[in-house]
Amino acid sequence: MNAESNLIPLLNIAEEDVNRQMQICNACRYCEGFCAVFPAMTQRLEFNKADIHYLANLCHNCGACLHACQYAAPHEFDVNIPRSMAKVRLQTYTDFAWPKKFGTLYQRNGVTLAISSALALGLFLILTLVIQGNLFTEIEGGDFYQIFPHNTLVTMFGSVFGFSALALLIGVVQFWRKVAPTQEKRQQTPVTAMLQAGEAALTLKYLDGGHGQGCNNEDDAYTLARRRFHHMTFYGFMLCFAATSVATLYHYVMGWQAPYPVFSIPVMLGIIGGLGLLVGPAGLLYLNYQRHPDHGDQAQRPMDRAFIILLFMISLTGLLLLGFRETALMPLMLALHLGFVMAFFLTMPYSKFAHGFYRCAALFKSYLERLKEKKSKS
Amino acid sequence: MIDVLIIGGGNAALCAALMAREAGASVLLLEASPREWRGGNSQHTRNLRCMHDAPQDVLVDAYPEEEFWQDLLKVTDGKTNEELARLVIRESSSCRDWMRQHGVHFQPPLSGALHVARTNAFFMGGGKALVNAYYRSAEHLGIQIRYDTPVADIEIKEGRFVAALVPEREVNGVHFPAERIEAKSCVLAAGGFESNRDWLREAWGQNERGEYPSDNFLIRGTRFNTGTLLKRMLDLGADSIGDPTQAHMVAIDARAPLYDGGICTRIDCVSLGVVVNKDGERFYDEGEDFWPKRYAIWGRLVAQQPDQIGYSIIDSKAVGNFMPPVFPGNKADTLEQLADQLGLPRETFVQTLRSYNDACRPGSFDHTKLDDCATEGISPAKTHWARPIDTPPFYGYALRPGVTFTYLGLKTDKTAAVRFADQPSQNLFVAGEMMAGNVLGKGYTAGVGMSIGTAFGRIAGRNAALSSLDRQPA
Repeated sequence: MNAESNLIPLLNIAEEDVNRQMQICNACRYCEGFCAVFPAMTQRLEFNKADIHYLANLCHNCGACLHACQYAAPHEFDVNIPRSMAKVRLQTYTDFAWPKKFGTLYQRNGVTLAISSALALGLFLILTLVIQGNLFTEIEGGDFYQIFPHNTLVTMFGSVFGFSALALLIGVVQFWRKVAPTQEKRQQTPVTAMLQAGEAALTLKYLDGGHGQGCNNEDDAYTLARRRFHHMTFYGFMLCFAATSVATLYHYVMGWQAPYPVFSIPVMLGIIGGLGLLVGPAGLLYLNYQRHPDHGDQAQRPMDRAFIILLFMISLTGLLLLGFRETALMPLMLALHLGFVMAFFLTMPYSKFAHGFYRCAALFKSYLERLKEKKSKS
Repeated sequence: MIDVLIIGGGNAALCAALMAREAGASVLLLEASPREWRGGNSQHTRNLRCMHDAPQDVLVDAYPEEEFWQDLLKVTDGKTNEELARLVIRESSSCRDWMRQHGVHFQPPLSGALHVARTNAFFMGGGKALVNAYYRSAEHLGIQIRYDTPVADIEIKEGRFVAALVPEREVNGVHFPAERIEAKSCVLAAGGFESNRDWLREAWGQNERGEYPSDNFLIRGTRFNTGTLLKRMLDLGADSIGDPTQAHMVAIDARAPLYDGGICTRIDCVSLGVVVNKDGERFYDEGEDFWPKRYAIWGRLVAQQPDQIGYSIIDSKAVGNFMPPVFPGNKADTLEQLADQLGLPRETFVQTLRSYNDACRPGSFDHTKLDDCATEGISPAKTHWARPIDTPPFYGYALRPGVTFTYLGLKTDKTAAVRFADQPSQNLFVAGEMMAGNVLGKGYTAGVGMSIGTAFGRIAGRNAALSSLDRQPA
């Protein structure tokens, strides 16, 4: 329990439902081999609010336990762990958002992302018009700094990114403080657990079904598609991030000005990453539409889909910008690309983007617990 | 005409269907339940008892044929058939690769089930995951599957299967006419009769207190095992085996649902405390042997008590030392309050607990072995793990008999053939709970139901395919 609250916090409806179902699962335990949630559950007899949020974020919504469940509807116990965990996760994102008021942005997250995108797109289209006079001018060598000077972009994106990263960090740290008891925070060797959690996150270990054949999507058959498309999305994103980082080094350390040639490191990273970020989200969106209706929380599909589409649009406009950078379409493509990237930056702590950070914190805790259990056994 | 008709949709039926299809037969499987309830009792299972001479993936050490056989002999009190039992045991050592081919995954023993790490291979995700895998494989292999299709009657001519009769029925508001389905051969794998309240009443009758004990039974298994086909086969003169009151029957939480309570409704703290009846009196040695070896007798023990109810009583020393129950127990700071909460006669209850507490001999408590904590001078004695129940809070769990499946079935032989007047049918076979009583006359040992279902399902399926090709069963 957290030291600051001596009272046991009351559970809301979603949390109470997880509590109810965990009592059933803990008396059954058939699903232990699928993922990290059930082994973590067996270490408890009771589930307080912190435990419930921890377990909810440990759940990858793979669907395996739902299809295997003898107590799923139409059984009167109506057990649906992926759904009830998803509902609590949304509560986590909302409760730990910083500033706290902004948590409500999760309630209609599809709308949040749509409005952010519209505003950001509008902003950059107008700015382009104001600066350039029109959206279609051919600029020698595709030099977009002629429209938006480097320092302007750094100031705009740097400040928004800085704020969003800080907000996200504050949220995840607060979450960690809530779910990790003091003795875990003071554990001597968190490095092993950190490495294990990192590996589980980077390989999406818990989307492999525990047997390597993958998770469920439209029915009880296992598929590796979700894991693979998520990998493309994540690593595509990371390559794009790397492209930007290398370009920053080029700019400040080497003094080389963009735009860089196609066969340069930043552009090549951007192309490969961009393709991943195109195919990955497209696949995830397709799978999301094919998804079994009982998986997860239907009400969160707009949040999932809006985020996936935003990533897709960032990549699509980025690649189009590259392709058309020496034509009259460049200013328009630039405005579109910058608009989508800005929308992404603005909503980082208030979109599905946050899930990875809370998930990593939960994974870290689960490996800490396992090490502790091992220690106490030996 | 279809080659092989499979009646039933659980593990044994699916094993039979897959084997028959692999042998080249065209196969139609009829499942009485809707799709979402498919799989019969198999959806509630979790493992398979397996013979093995050396460590095998999830199985540690060895569990040789002879030891498996001795275990079976012990739990059944000799009410078994050695030839068929050994057939099941040997099949259990070699069937798992085949199961994996059809998509079944195994996992290491569940936490809280380490005592069977040597003898039982656990299905990853449990029996419903296994059932799902078999249905997927069956569809993939082109086996026709029909849900909501209960068979009410069978046409037999001179000991041969001719056709199955499905009565007219209403499914989700759609009317289906009666059907007569012919096939060259047939496998019956439609389960026992545990969900047929009338039949249970008839079998258990009235006791000396004028009660119908079975009226208070809860069914841990599927609501679809009404024994319609079993009864029809017995009426048609098929040779039978077993006693209708024999069943896999454990003591479960009295608040469990009437059907499909499955594993989570069991109460695992019996050996850590005492059990009293509604008169507040103990009636059996709670510490006779390890709980996994004794849980299967407690259903019958409770069934013999007035009102068919028992109360497992523990104190706070026991908390955390047994699998957590699905429903919270009654909790009280004094034994008197606990008696009131459970509706037990206060004086007798407290007296029972006092004399038990006084009779507990000091010893060193160890739940992992048959320890030396026993009572002295009371009857019934508690021979192991007897510690005074003196540390509040106290907890009480009401218990009812919970039936998993019944043992009355059709007599068969090593070919899985149904027999009429001791002659095997040439094209009618039986598997699963409909014949488990051949091997399991009474008692139970974890995972053996699935061993029997898998072994005889596979044999029945293969022989039904051979029979449909006019070849001799082997």
